[in-house]
Amino acid sequence: MPSRYTIHTKLALHRFEPITKSGIIAWEEGCLKCAICVKKRCVYNVYEKRGLDPRQMIDATDNQCMNCFRCIQGCPKELIHKSINPEYKAIGDSHWTPEIITSLWYQAETGKIPVSGAGYPGPFSGNGFDSMWTDMSEIVRPTRDGIHGREYISTAIDLGGTQGYLTFNKKADLMVNPPSLVEIPLPVILKVPTLGAIGKETLKGWAMATRRLGTLLALPQEMIEPPLWDFAECLIPLITVRGDREDGIPKEIRITEIPWAVEWQAMVRELKTSHPSLLISIRIPAAEGVEDKALSLVEGGASIIHLETLPNGRFFDNDGMTTKDGIRSVHLKLVDANLRDGVTLLASGGIAMAEHVAKSLICGADAVIADLPILIALECRICRRCDKGIPCPVEIGGASCTWVAARVVNLMGAWHNQILEVMGAMGIRDVRRLRGEVGRAMFFEDLERSTFGSMEDVGEGYDLE
Amino acid sequence: MLGRDTILSSLDSFRFPEVVQEHSRFRNPIAKYRLNRNNNCIACGKCVEICPYGVHIMRRGQVFVENHYLCVGNDCTEPCVEACPEHALSMLKNPDFDSIGDLRWTPDLLASTWYMAEFAVSPPAGLEYKRGASGGGFDKLRLVFKSPKTIQKELQDKEVDVSVVLNRRNDNAHRVRIQVPFYGGGMSYGSVSITTMLSRIKAAAALGTFCCTGEGGYPDELKPYDDHVITQVATGLFGVREETIQRVKIVEFKYAQGAKPGLGGHLLGDKVTPGVARMREAVVGYPLFSPFPFHSVYSVEDHKKHVDWIKAINPKALVAVKVSTPTDVDMVAVGSYYAGAHIIHLDGSYGGTGAAPDIAKKNIAMPIEYAVPKVHRFLKEEGVRGRITVIASGGIRTPHDVAKVIALGADAVCTGTADLVALECIRCHNCESGRGCARGIATTDAELMDLIDLEWGAQRIVNMFLAWRRELIQILKKLGMKSLPELVGRTDCLVHLDHMKESV
Repeated sequence: MPSRYTIHTKLALHRFEPITKSGIIAWEEGCLKCAICVKKRCVYNVYEKRGLDPRQMIDATDNQCMNCFRCIQGCPKELIHKSINPEYKAIGDSHWTPEIITSLWYQAETGKIPVSGAGYPGPFSGNGFDSMWTDMSEIVRPTRDGIHGREYISTAIDLGGTQGYLTFNKKADLMVNPPSLVEIPLPVILKVPTLGAIGKETLKGWAMATRRLGTLLALPQEMIEPPLWDFAECLIPLITVRGDREDGIPKEIRITEIPWAVEWQAMVRELKTSHPSLLISIRIPAAEGVEDKALSLVEGGASIIHLETLPNGRFFDNDGMTTKDGIRSVHLKLVDANLRDGVTLLASGGIAMAEHVAKSLICGADAVIADLPILIALECRICRRCDKGIPCPVEIGGASCTWVAARVVNLMGAWHNQILEVMGAMGIRDVRRLRGEVGRAMFFEDLERSTFGSMEDVGEGYDLE
Repeated sequence: MLGRDTILSSLDSFRFPEVVQEHSRFRNPIAKYRLNRNNNCIACGKCVEICPYGVHIMRRGQVFVENHYLCVGNDCTEPCVEACPEHALSMLKNPDFDSIGDLRWTPDLLASTWYMAEFAVSPPAGLEYKRGASGGGFDKLRLVFKSPKTIQKELQDKEVDVSVVLNRRNDNAHRVRIQVPFYGGGMSYGSVSITTMLSRIKAAAALGTFCCTGEGGYPDELKPYDDHVITQVATGLFGVREETIQRVKIVEFKYAQGAKPGLGGHLLGDKVTPGVARMREAVVGYPLFSPFPFHSVYSVEDHKKHVDWIKAINPKALVAVKVSTPTDVDMVAVGSYYAGAHIIHLDGSYGGTGAAPDIAKKNIAMPIEYAVPKVHRFLKEEGVRGRITVIASGGIRTPHDVAKVIALGADAVCTGTADLVALECIRCHNCESGRGCARGIATTDAELMDLIDLEWGAQRIVNMFLAWRRELIQILKKLGMKSLPELVGRTDCLVHLDHMKESV
């Protein structure tokens, strides 16, 4: 029995006041100065904690208010109101929604699973991963109690190609070189995002978090400067230029990644000359025909394929296609060709929540690569000011490496527990078994067609209500 | 309170409770619109005179906007803003209104439910009270009413029967009929206050239906309503005693809950007060976990053993089985039938909870709109549909949702969140934090609990359900149907907007 994988989380407070969904507007004019003012009776003592944060000109009332509306409904002169905060609506974009970003902040701060009262408040379904539901076990299949620790649920996966069979000679000696594999305890690889006003401390903090989590951090090769070399065993250098390192790849590096190119096989050979056990992932952009490209890679001997979509989880050439569709088509193509088990499929682009990890795996990926979440963990608001050279409103570059590491470890700790929750509900104890297990998923298109497809006729002279 | 025989007897002798208007507990009900009056007002009283909704009042020679929340905004046929000779009135949307609710329970749905809880009728205008804005499921389904010409004779309200029979096995168990097609879903003592619990159960008794205790024991305060209580046996077995099982007409096994399917329950330590701890035979201040699943049930055979156990303790009890909605929910339902259950209760994934991980609420198991037709079809093919009652829950917010889910194949529904909204729940999603619900509904904090008066609470819920009943009768009339069983599984009475073909 391997030792249990646990992520130790620890409160890592925000450095800036988080942006809240709605704000309190309290008019003073006309106030009766009631002896028992509704503000004094606030259940959460919000008004007592009131103060102005001069850095952001935010009233503390706004970020501590729990929206019970009792002061609004109680004020005899109706002087207190709430209003949606325009700044909240402006965070992020249509994929990285304010809800997702604020939830990631919470997880990075506390390391806890977001829990709330009352039922699901969101849309019935949506695009991409929002158009599928995971399944659960009931009566006829056993579930697994992972979250409370009574049963161990493994989230470890292997990176690298495997062989379908082994060959031995008559003396029972192994006749093939066993493939090199890298095991990571979490099906999530971190990646330095292309966005963000980050500094050396940020990179070091991410590397520290990666080591603590036991996973890997992908980053452009040129970003790997002396302090990071200490973390070489958990880095994935992204190589863009052929043969730019005369001394080859250091031995501590276990995995590297190259973008797809016509001469990819030559590149792989070159890299392996000086470092035979090096695993090489080949990155392919999600676009029309990506499944054929993936198949040709596997037929040509690739051991890791990384399917990449845009940061909003869409194909590069088609806004209607998402990471979910890309993973499914590549996975199924490889299954049809009987080649799926020989290769590791990684997916990136738009992975924003723990549920995206589980759903990516169900669709057929072995692991996902998360990039923007590790930046959002540091309070990033995806305002993209850094792209334009405007100073970062939350001064990410100025954060210490220990705080950065704690925030990312917390976020992944929360994700890990959420993955355990959905796996427990599905009755699956090993995340490797989740790969391609569409029997544990329900897809919107299928359910809609079978349920509502026939509800199309209204006849003549009707009223709809 | 109704006697033991009353609920078993026919519809004719049952009398629905009187409507008593119950105003909001709070000074300022949350209004959709705001009317502002400027200094040009000459107190002529024109607005008071023309407003059909009682928004304006005249007091000591001065005119005031007393009831913003009754204003129907642009739906008004006699707008005071235009009628005012001095142009002293202006109307705008209240910013508070957009800060409440969400896509499933829109501000309009919350406000219209509050309206029903006050007046026992649907709001006259100004609020969308039939559906939410989730963009799918119920919110994209419409009831199709054929033109009145095709309906031969218009029915009278009193000719339409919305009662539902719960025992279809025709065995020795109670012949229970509920007078309205809904009963109250389980909310445990501890997750909600005793006042909330009693309000719901009192309302259920008055309406000739039931309310479930949830998993947290059967407080003595509920004893007068034994004939209207469903007691729950859930995975933690908290508060389950032979004596309580013998006391009731319906016993419910909770295998799973829609909001957190496949996951256990969790009552935070703060909510385990001395009273709760005594009821659950636990320690004050310590969190309580309900495991998942029943560790004595790993097959339908094990499940039958459970059902037999209840029947041995209380042979007259109806057995309800509450499950959530996995892919194979149809197998689970048919298995429950063969195990001897009278009621299969499907709790869809968008259902309510006192606390659940967000990832579970959104992603695990299927919405009730998919599960009900699947189960209905499967039970029909198996030839047993007529011998088991199918109850749907998990996202039933309006009488229109009730009609739609019955047309999809359910016999009746279970409600939960709607009851709490009648008690002025605002959907702030903080039921579980700190001292619990700041509005005194889902809390065991002595001071907060006091915010609700039992008589007020029970009447608000009664009012809301009387409005639902009235609306359901109108729907059946427009469909030309005299009773609910005629509507069960009639998907031809529904159209889905995404699939609708425009008729030529």
